[in-house]
Amino acid sequence: MYETIKYEVINRVAWITLNRPDKLNAFTAQMNKDLKQSIKLASRSMEVRCIVLTGEGRGFCSGQDLAGVNEDMDHGEVLRALYNPMIMEIHQCEKPVIAAVNGVAAGAGMSLALACDFRLLSERASFVEAFIHVGLVPDAGNLYYLPKLIGHAKALELAIMGEKVSAFQAEELGLANKVYPEELWRDEVASYAERLASMPTAAISLIKKNLKSSWNITLEDSLEKDAQAQRIAGLTSDHKEGVNAFIEKRKPVFQGR
Amino acid sequence: MSRIYEYIHTSSEGHVGIISLNRPEVLNALNRTMIVEILSAMESFDQDENIRVILLSGNGRAFAAGADIQEMANDSAIDFELLDQFKNWDRIAAIKKPIIGAVQGFALGGGFELALCCDMVYAADDAEFGFPEVDLGVMPGAGGTQRLTKLVGKTKAMEWLFTGKRITSGEALHYGIVNRIFAKEILMEETLKAAAKIASQAPLSIRLIKESVLKAVDTTLNEGMHFERKNFYLLFSSEDQKEGMSAFREKRKPEFKGK
Repeated sequence: MYETIKYEVINRVAWITLNRPDKLNAFTAQMNKDLKQSIKLASRSMEVRCIVLTGEGRGFCSGQDLAGVNEDMDHGEVLRALYNPMIMEIHQCEKPVIAAVNGVAAGAGMSLALACDFRLLSERASFVEAFIHVGLVPDAGNLYYLPKLIGHAKALELAIMGEKVSAFQAEELGLANKVYPEELWRDEVASYAERLASMPTAAISLIKKNLKSSWNITLEDSLEKDAQAQRIAGLTSDHKEGVNAFIEKRKPVFQGR
Repeated sequence: MSRIYEYIHTSSEGHVGIISLNRPEVLNALNRTMIVEILSAMESFDQDENIRVILLSGNGRAFAAGADIQEMANDSAIDFELLDQFKNWDRIAAIKKPIIGAVQGFALGGGFELALCCDMVYAADDAEFGFPEVDLGVMPGAGGTQRLTKLVGKTKAMEWLFTGKRITSGEALHYGIVNRIFAKEILMEETLKAAAKIASQAPLSIRLIKESVLKAVDTTLNEGMHFERKNFYLLFSSEDQKEGMSAFREKRKPEFKGK
């Protein structure tokens, strides 16, 4: 179905695997498009309640495939046409999106991980702001998300110095939610994702939306958004189920509605 | 007083008359019959003593994703001139009661023009406005170049009309195309609340305010001031003015009858 990625749904989790292992899953135009399409598919699919992005082989994603870069290339247009729509698709996705970072995430590969809601790292994983080493600027949302995740000062240091950040450094910085030993990583990611997939999906979507909007609005507007979100969540069957389960002293079974 | 229409659905809630565009399978693309039906429903509500506010919405994912292209693709200029279909839009503009739009999803082309006919618009956060006519080698014909320009000024109107670029709900709010934005799940509920609030105000005041504001869009300040004054005087011949002012003095809630 896709040339550059694999797409499979297991236990309500859509696994999207970048699949150019011999190139450390470097981005080509086709991969930008495949990724956008598959995220859209997972967003719309009723059976999917969590999305995992990961990489086949040693790397997560090494960024733009430099084999495709030539002197005539308009870097701005490449971003507008290919990367920005892909990042927007993730940004607008209502379901939880996990970057399951199995190896190096460099350049736009790091941007991709930053655009996700969770970053679950293998201890072999690393982040590299590789752009500066070829005289370029972190793109595809990188400079938008990074300071929000780790603060301005550290973001600036990483973006300009371009030094490799190990999995454990990433955890200290707040860039990784979890770091797992390599041999446990895949199972841990699966159980984390399946746990998310069994939670009240509508409420998760509202939390994501309001947290993101909190970056650019006033307290007054944020309070109004709380009220609207709570009205919507209050109408879901998952809310009723949660309350009933609490009263009946049992575990709730959420349908994601 | 509910009539059977083919492409729209009408209902009422309290003093609010609701018109829902009802061709969700084609994202409520507007055909000529649909416009006739919308007009007919609006004119009946306008004359219905029980209705004070009209709410216009679209069933399904979109408000209205443009006009029915198939219907007009083979028409000549003279067909259009003879048919004079846009006179129906002039009659929509002459509706006296407030029209509140609830826009979710696409409001494109004729759908955007219909939204621009509303006196207030509440939008879902997924609403997208735009005039893609330019991509088809034509242009808006039901007020798009006029109403959008009056609303947002020449510069932005030119940009949007030249490029056909989509306007997000956030931009629409910024430029005053919509009043408020809500999550789509509660758009209808919130729009109904706002409509009910307006429907609880003195109906004559509301109608004459609408007439005066629309006059302001269309005329010189001097003429508008005179027009406003006449409407202001006129309200002093109403029972509601006496009720409103007595209630204020007696520190109670007024009961308006629209008389």
